[in-house]
Amino acid sequence: MTAVAGDLTSRNPRKITRMEQFFFWSLAVGLLAAATAVVTLRNPVTNAVCLVVALVFQAALFITLEATFLAAVQVIVYAGAVMVLFLFVIMLLDVKAEARRPIPWPKVAAVLVGAAAVVAGVPKLVAAFPAAREPLRWSAQSTPFGAKELGALLFTSYAPLFLATGVLLLVATIGVVVLCRRDPGS
Amino acid sequence: MSPGSGLMMLGEITLGHYLALSGLLFLVGLAGVLLRRSLLIVMMSLELLLNAANLALVAAARFKGIPDPQVAVFFVITVAAAEVAVGLAILVAIFRLKKTTSAEDFAALKF
Repeated sequence: MTAVAGDLTSRNPRKITRMEQFFFWSLAVGLLAAATAVVTLRNPVTNAVCLVVALVFQAALFITLEATFLAAVQVIVYAGAVMVLFLFVIMLLDVKAEARRPIPWPKVAAVLVGAAAVVAGVPKLVAAFPAAREPLRWSAQSTPFGAKELGALLFTSYAPLFLATGVLLLVATIGVVVLCRRDPGS
Repeated sequence: MSPGSGLMMLGEITLGHYLALSGLLFLVGLAGVLLRRSLLIVMMSLELLLNAANLALVAAARFKGIPDPQVAVFFVITVAAAEVAVGLAILVAIFRLKKTTSAEDFAALKF
């Protein structure tokens, strides 16, 4: 990907800028639309499918940020394993679409006011960091971080954390088995 | 005016763009956590919150040119997987008792 990007940069910087913009804006709109669908729709299966779409859009955004390994992990772990878990539980519980109930307007209003405050604050935040306004160009110079670089870090500086993660997964697995046993007494 | 100049007017993509997108995604997820009653949807919204944080971290890694934030994202994804597994197990256990997944029906510990 970087090789291709570097090639394009040397040939036509305007073209690469336009490509970046096209990818960012289309992926951003897709991600937010899918996320909104997750939060607003009523049928749990639809919500889960929309969440898969949102996670795939996010993986594509990771690729635009040159995090190719994380994009792969995102699709395999999140869109694959985690969402299968969600769908399994939805099927097992036989959850029906939520009954329509009056929209809680005070709560919606509170969330909207909070959202407006944050949206108004973001430009100020960006203005406070002049560096945040420098373009993030795709270039031949930037180093993409793939499995090799991340693996080297994971097994050296972050090795204790990595081992702790293993323990966490083991504890989670045992916990899930204990929680879901039919007869906790025996 | 060359074709595609409409896009050019939006300006080049900066770190601020990614941070703003991350903030908006976080807001959408937060609205889901606060407004929805179905615990399944609340857990899906929690995933959106984690993803918003991940997006900001990866953008920071790209901006600074260091891989450490990406390692953090790797850990976040792992912990999120464990969290979903335990959360869904609790949900299944609770569903067996009460036959519902609505947060309104789980108020036994409320004063």
